[in-house]
Amino acid sequence: MISFGMTEEQELVRDGMREFAADAIRPIARECDENSAIPDEFLQGIWELGLTSTQIPEQYGGGGEDRSPVTNAILLEELAHGDATLAVAALAPSAFANAVVDQGSEEQKQKYLPLFGGEKFHVGSLAVLEPRPVADAMLPRTVAEPKGGDGFVLSGVKSFVAFGDRASHFIVVARTGENVEAFVVARDASGLTISEPELNMGLKGLTTVSLELERVEVAAADRLGGEAGCDVRRLLDSSRAALCAVQVGVARAVLEYCVPYAKDRVAFDEPISKKQSIAFRLSDMHIEIEAMRLLSWKTASLLEQGIDATKAAQLARGYVAEKGLWIADNGIQVLGGHGFIREHPVEMWFRNARTLGVLEGTIGL
Amino acid sequence: MIDFTLTENDKKALARTRAEALICRKHARYYDENEAELPPEVLPETEEFEKNAEDIPAPQPGDTPGPVMMALHSIGQTWGDYSVRLRRGDGGLGNAALRAAGTPEQQEKWGGLTLAMAITEPGCGSDPSMVSTTAVLAEGSDEWVINGEKIFVTTGLRADGAVIWATIDKSAGRAGIKSFLVEKGTPGFEVSQKEKKLGIRADDTTAYVFSDCRIPRENLLGLDETIPKKSSGGFRGVMKTFNMTRPLVAALGLGLAEAALDFTREQLEDAGIEIQYGSGLGGLTAAAEKFVRLEALYEASELTTLQCVWLAGQGKPNNMESSVCKAHAGSAVRTITQGCIEILGALGISRQHLLEKWARDCRITDIYEGTGEIQRLIIARGLFDYTRADLK
Repeated sequence: MISFGMTEEQELVRDGMREFAADAIRPIARECDENSAIPDEFLQGIWELGLTSTQIPEQYGGGGEDRSPVTNAILLEELAHGDATLAVAALAPSAFANAVVDQGSEEQKQKYLPLFGGEKFHVGSLAVLEPRPVADAMLPRTVAEPKGGDGFVLSGVKSFVAFGDRASHFIVVARTGENVEAFVVARDASGLTISEPELNMGLKGLTTVSLELERVEVAAADRLGGEAGCDVRRLLDSSRAALCAVQVGVARAVLEYCVPYAKDRVAFDEPISKKQSIAFRLSDMHIEIEAMRLLSWKTASLLEQGIDATKAAQLARGYVAEKGLWIADNGIQVLGGHGFIREHPVEMWFRNARTLGVLEGTIGL
Repeated sequence: MIDFTLTENDKKALARTRAEALICRKHARYYDENEAELPPEVLPETEEFEKNAEDIPAPQPGDTPGPVMMALHSIGQTWGDYSVRLRRGDGGLGNAALRAAGTPEQQEKWGGLTLAMAITEPGCGSDPSMVSTTAVLAEGSDEWVINGEKIFVTTGLRADGAVIWATIDKSAGRAGIKSFLVEKGTPGFEVSQKEKKLGIRADDTTAYVFSDCRIPRENLLGLDETIPKKSSGGFRGVMKTFNMTRPLVAALGLGLAEAALDFTREQLEDAGIEIQYGSGLGGLTAAAEKFVRLEALYEASELTTLQCVWLAGQGKPNNMESSVCKAHAGSAVRTITQGCIEILGALGISRQHLLEKWARDCRITDIYEGTGEIQRLIIARGLFDYTRADLK
């Protein structure tokens, strides 16, 4: 039955996260961007909200609540409305944990999920992207060759791996012959080189690294899903939907910043909000934000119901990335010269939107 | 719970609408090329179809709510051909106005008629406060006397009557504008011939002239003869109609866009160009990449439209949403149909296929029921918390 109604619980989550984002995220966003670092207290504080652990089943040390990608999309939009970098950081552990909950073998669940039920911030990362033009997550150059007898040997390079400085494990996407699979690699695996932090245009607070895999050996049991393997496409769909929700939050932040600015800023004897060129631009931002949100909800809802979300995720991802960037770009234009000055957050949101538009696999729903 | 799936009942009902709409598609080209003819209400194949068609199961609790289904049916109808809606007993835009503004007695009395909606005048389009058609209570009688001219009246020929906008006090501006129901055959009510148009040629778009046309006093929709002091109070009531008609007009455009996408996909696949999802940029040809973008645009537009009617069904405010979906669809269907023509080149402009017709038919979407510019004005006023006087 088609319905656009949030559950009462989702409304509570939305309101709670909106407040948290305004109180605890927005005020430190600029500082994190300028310092290219996220304070430990923030990560620990958000960890204690239990965003990652609540949806891990009880028998693996979690809160045992139903996995709801839709609730996560609602939550991510609100966090990202505070700041995209910190929203991605907050949900980065979930990318690893959810991948194991959704697709891990029993052995993997028992081994990895309890790591996320503790009191201290803990993170594992997805390693999907590769540093080359027109990269396609489903056609990785990183390869996993079957090792004589048991296990695989991984070789290749991954980039934009979130929290590479802290992650205990990585889920590395690699090609095995014709198939694409994912493998859990421990941080201290022999042959794995973790680079210094990458220097990026946006999401600067989030430390990302490159992984160099030089004949890294993993056991057969380390293949995500074990014997059965996993559906990497679904992993990507989930990540795409999450990134869409973040973009919606960023876009809303831009619009909500532009509205009072345009009402205050006077040119030619009246506020620029009374000029159709500005007014219509902001209307278009609102129209597109509505559309972006619904596309991200649809993908999340299909994932939630276990329906193939690949097409929905692709449509949403392309649309949301394009419009999200358009909104951030026009946010700068509405502010004019002030949009270019780092005293206002719009240039930071623009850099973040540009960065989000090319990511895959940093977070998941 | 947020949900985008259709139930089995929903699917059956929509499949039937589409099957019936395909009959109209067979006649689409004929009535496009022979504009002066009015298509028959029942097509030759329809009787046969109805005899053989399975009964549609009655909607059950748990099925998609009525207003959402109404929008999906509208999409399904124009997916067959825009003219389908002329052949169904759903009534015209005036019926929506009657439902929104009429008293229960008025709805009972006129609900069975097909009603056109007459707002636009030769000197008044996007700004309906300039309506100059007058309604004056005749002294010593219980009748309104209507004088004025209306143009661009959709289904003006075949409608049994029309809901018209007229002012009962010009000095009161927008507050003086009221909706009246005028039945065909009333002396002083003259109907002109069809307009010649770019698209939706099967639609009978006409002009109405009212010369001392007298109608009963109770033909004022809502029966409220007072002029509210706050300048736009009463007018707002009239404008409410649009919160339901705008998403439905968006839906009519979307059906045409969907037809264009389906046709383009078929042609691409016949030419060996596969549309794949889930791959990166590297996996798609330029044509396929463009096509996928158009599909995303369609999806975005459909979702905003469905959300708008869903809100209406929940009795929630949807003023902004009705402008959002109308503005989005108005622009999206232009981009989609014109983009499909670009992808298909000569096939796209050939009158041997319907794509060029769909592109012409859907061009009205961004104009009627409020242009895209008007929708953006409404949205901007909402964003800035401005009145009409603050932002024009």
